[in-house]
Amino acid sequence: MYIKLTNGIVYDPVHGINGEHRDIYINDGHITRKPSSNAKIDKTYDLKGKVIMAGAIDIHTHIGGGKVNIARMMLPEDHATDLVERTELTRSGCGYAAPSTLTAGYRYAEMGYTACFEPAMLPSNARQTHMEMADTPMVDKGAYAMLGSDDFFLRMLASKKDQAAISDYVGWTINATQAMGIKVVNPGGISAFKFNQRKLNLDEQNQYYGVSPRDIIKSLARAVTELGIPHPLHVHGCNLGVPGNLNTTLETIHAVEGMRMHLTHIQFHSYGTEGDKKFSSGAAEIAEAVNKNPNISIDVGQILFGQTVTASGDSMLQYAGHWHAHPKKWVIMDIECDAGCGVVPFKYRDKNFVNALQWAIGLEIFLLVDDPWRVFLTTDHPNGAPFTSYPHLIRLLMDKSFRNDMLSTINKEAAAASTLASIDREYSLYEIAIMTRAAPAKSLGLKNRGHLGSGAVADITVYSNNKDKEKMFSKPDYVFKNGELIVRNGKIIKVVNGATHTLRPEYDNSIEKSLKRYFDDFQTVSLSNFKIDDDEIIEHGNGKIIVQPCM
Amino acid sequence: MEKASKANASITRDVTCPFCGILCDDLVIQNEQGSLKVLKNGCPKAVTSFESTVAVNEPKINGKSVALSDAIDAMCKILKKSHAPLIAGLGSDVAGIREIMNLADKTGAVIDHMHGNALIRNSLVLQDLGWITTSMTEIKNRADLIIFAGTDATNYPRFFERAIWNKHSMFKLKNEQREIVYIGDKLNTKSGVNPNGKKPSVLNCKADQIGEVISSLHALVTGATLDVSEVAGIKIKTLQELGEKMMAAKYGVIVWSTSDLDFPHAELTIQNFCEIVKYLTRTTRFAGFSLGGNDGATTANNVCAWQSGYPLRVNFNKGYPEYDAQRYSTQNVLKKKEVDSLLWISSFNSKVNSPRASIPTIVMATPDTKLNFTPDVFIPVATPGVDHTGQLFRTDSVVSLPLKQVRQSSYASVKSILKQVIERM
Repeated sequence: MYIKLTNGIVYDPVHGINGEHRDIYINDGHITRKPSSNAKIDKTYDLKGKVIMAGAIDIHTHIGGGKVNIARMMLPEDHATDLVERTELTRSGCGYAAPSTLTAGYRYAEMGYTACFEPAMLPSNARQTHMEMADTPMVDKGAYAMLGSDDFFLRMLASKKDQAAISDYVGWTINATQAMGIKVVNPGGISAFKFNQRKLNLDEQNQYYGVSPRDIIKSLARAVTELGIPHPLHVHGCNLGVPGNLNTTLETIHAVEGMRMHLTHIQFHSYGTEGDKKFSSGAAEIAEAVNKNPNISIDVGQILFGQTVTASGDSMLQYAGHWHAHPKKWVIMDIECDAGCGVVPFKYRDKNFVNALQWAIGLEIFLLVDDPWRVFLTTDHPNGAPFTSYPHLIRLLMDKSFRNDMLSTINKEAAAASTLASIDREYSLYEIAIMTRAAPAKSLGLKNRGHLGSGAVADITVYSNNKDKEKMFSKPDYVFKNGELIVRNGKIIKVVNGATHTLRPEYDNSIEKSLKRYFDDFQTVSLSNFKIDDDEIIEHGNGKIIVQPCM
Repeated sequence: MEKASKANASITRDVTCPFCGILCDDLVIQNEQGSLKVLKNGCPKAVTSFESTVAVNEPKINGKSVALSDAIDAMCKILKKSHAPLIAGLGSDVAGIREIMNLADKTGAVIDHMHGNALIRNSLVLQDLGWITTSMTEIKNRADLIIFAGTDATNYPRFFERAIWNKHSMFKLKNEQREIVYIGDKLNTKSGVNPNGKKPSVLNCKADQIGEVISSLHALVTGATLDVSEVAGIKIKTLQELGEKMMAAKYGVIVWSTSDLDFPHAELTIQNFCEIVKYLTRTTRFAGFSLGGNDGATTANNVCAWQSGYPLRVNFNKGYPEYDAQRYSTQNVLKKKEVDSLLWISSFNSKVNSPRASIPTIVMATPDTKLNFTPDVFIPVATPGVDHTGQLFRTDSVVSLPLKQVRQSSYASVKSILKQVIERM
């Protein structure tokens, strides 16, 4: 069955197509070349004047797993004003900062997103993460397994095991947890906190293992490279939120010695200590370092004003931040000598100096990083703001006068301390298509997503061009998932499940011998039950697994 | 499965036991022509549950045996007619709870778990001030001071074996370095005796006085002096010594059980535990650990939270989820006549009884369940982790485990029955 999208204006950066009139043909869930003239076109959409992009991909969004569920359970008040009724098609649920899985899936699709990646899947909590992702409809999913504070890895590193053995363990973890990449959070710090260390700088040692965050990052980055994992090591660095962490971040960039690395929610890691308040923007230095080091990609973790909840694997710094909880309740959890989490509700205030400057720092980074292929649009949902604020964020990036209007409403000292007013750059639709589609797909190794070329999966979003970019990106005219129309005029018209993307890197399975002994001696689940079978995602989750190739 | 030495017998290893909240997953189970034997690592509860013979039972309408399909039709009829169903019990696995959530959403039902009263004690604490908690592997390898507050953990028979008295620990913590303290009334402290013979400390007080004891302890560890010589019959000096131990501990844990703290407003006692843990964490590491989660309670709470946004108890009657931990209890909505039909689900435990209500009642329960009344519809169901595969959450609410099938069953799973109900409605 052929579907034709005609008269639309196409933004497809993978093929260098920047706002050109092109017809797009869909057959059997994929985009195809123009069929022969005698082929029957079953359905034609006349998209005169409308903008066509690939479905958007969120590379970093906390949509599932233990910490998110703790946030949901802890914050009934978060949902009470954002209840979602069931319809003939869709299930009931609720928003806002910690939405139900079903509502999250619907809302992502209604915003034109077709894939979302959960960045902090603790191996010991991976099963739950997959359960929740399976119950997030409409979009494709995937998750990065979190390593770096897990005892098995730290003891390998401490006993100076071969890098090859460490890579085998990392490869085993990706297979066992059905992951799409590897993330490290406050490297070694989550473990250090369990030994009562309260901070851990890049070159400080975890007191039990005698290894530093720098050692951990280097080892994991090397493992990711050696295993051919498409997405570089996803790094939530040391000292999140700590004034002066700008220097830690710059040193972290140098720590990988040219290996590829993704620095996530870098806004939270770009703070200086200048000024009366000892809190200043490090955006210029960070952007300069990113611009100079082509091995580095980032996502911003933009904050936007209002109530949200911060949910992180970084138990050490979430504990440190709990004094600022709003409302005054918070959760810290130590998990299985593997990882941890911290859930702290927070309200970002535009009249608060620090929050206002955080807002400006995020935008400065977006605007000062030259290469949109290496900076992705995120709010670190829900930590900086709920994902539903992406259209607003896009407008801030595309519309200088709107941005300056907003700037004039924030804390005056913060506005004065920021260079934002002097930055003229406005993102183009082409650049937005890069940072929300083409670049994340490339970074994740999703070869047939994030573009509109022949052979691509027909995940397509169609917008009405509007001067108000927030309006434009809030409500796509059409969203196609695997060639099926699932959203019309910003509303779901068909519910689909979406698939789970995984990797199966090759590794030497003899690592299982030592893992088996380790699990038997120290863990409270058995090795065989730790691993997640395909059937748990397919049969129990009514899902589908797509194995992406390694490099 | 592998062949056993006995002819016609097969053996399954690494079996997860679904019969209590700590989900031991190292059981070895032999199936000899349908009859099960726990060969290794079975506690008395697991042995009784796995080895009990499967009763012969049939779907029934008003006590009369019918085909499953007819029972499902009768069930649909009741639910269709109902304006406000109550789906309770909720003794099921992840897949079963998923279907329950879907059905509750479609029918506008109230949902509550059979251990709802225990479950919400934790939810209320979480939603008021939060907490610092830990998981079983952390306790096993780190905890040097473990305080059992109002529980002796005997409902979780292998808890001490699996989480406390270890042959190995990651950080070379030896059993003799572990200190066990009990606070409460009539606790069986036998399991708390160190393998080297060292007895645990026991502070005796009534369960509903534990909160008072802990808050006095909290005051003492902050450096306050108390102008009394004893609290709940426990000498201040004893409390002071415990406070010092707590401050000196490297990784202390307070263990409670949501079902053992069974008195009005026990959540306030749990909150006392959580607040002293938070205070101690300012200088050392301390954490709480809640025992519970039998009959899939932790599973139901988690699935409910991610699908609706709220933990139990939830009402879908208005078309969207409404949360009220107290109002939507099984007892309350039945008593206040806020519901007009009851669907009771219990697929692990044959001993629990569905509440008896004067509204149309459907019971989906294990085949050997003996009810003290005749429901409108009865459907015998398979047990997850015995009769079919599945997944369950452990009591720490962070680890979940796969369940294996260890025998063939002629009974259908909760999931498959509810799927048919949803399709036919």
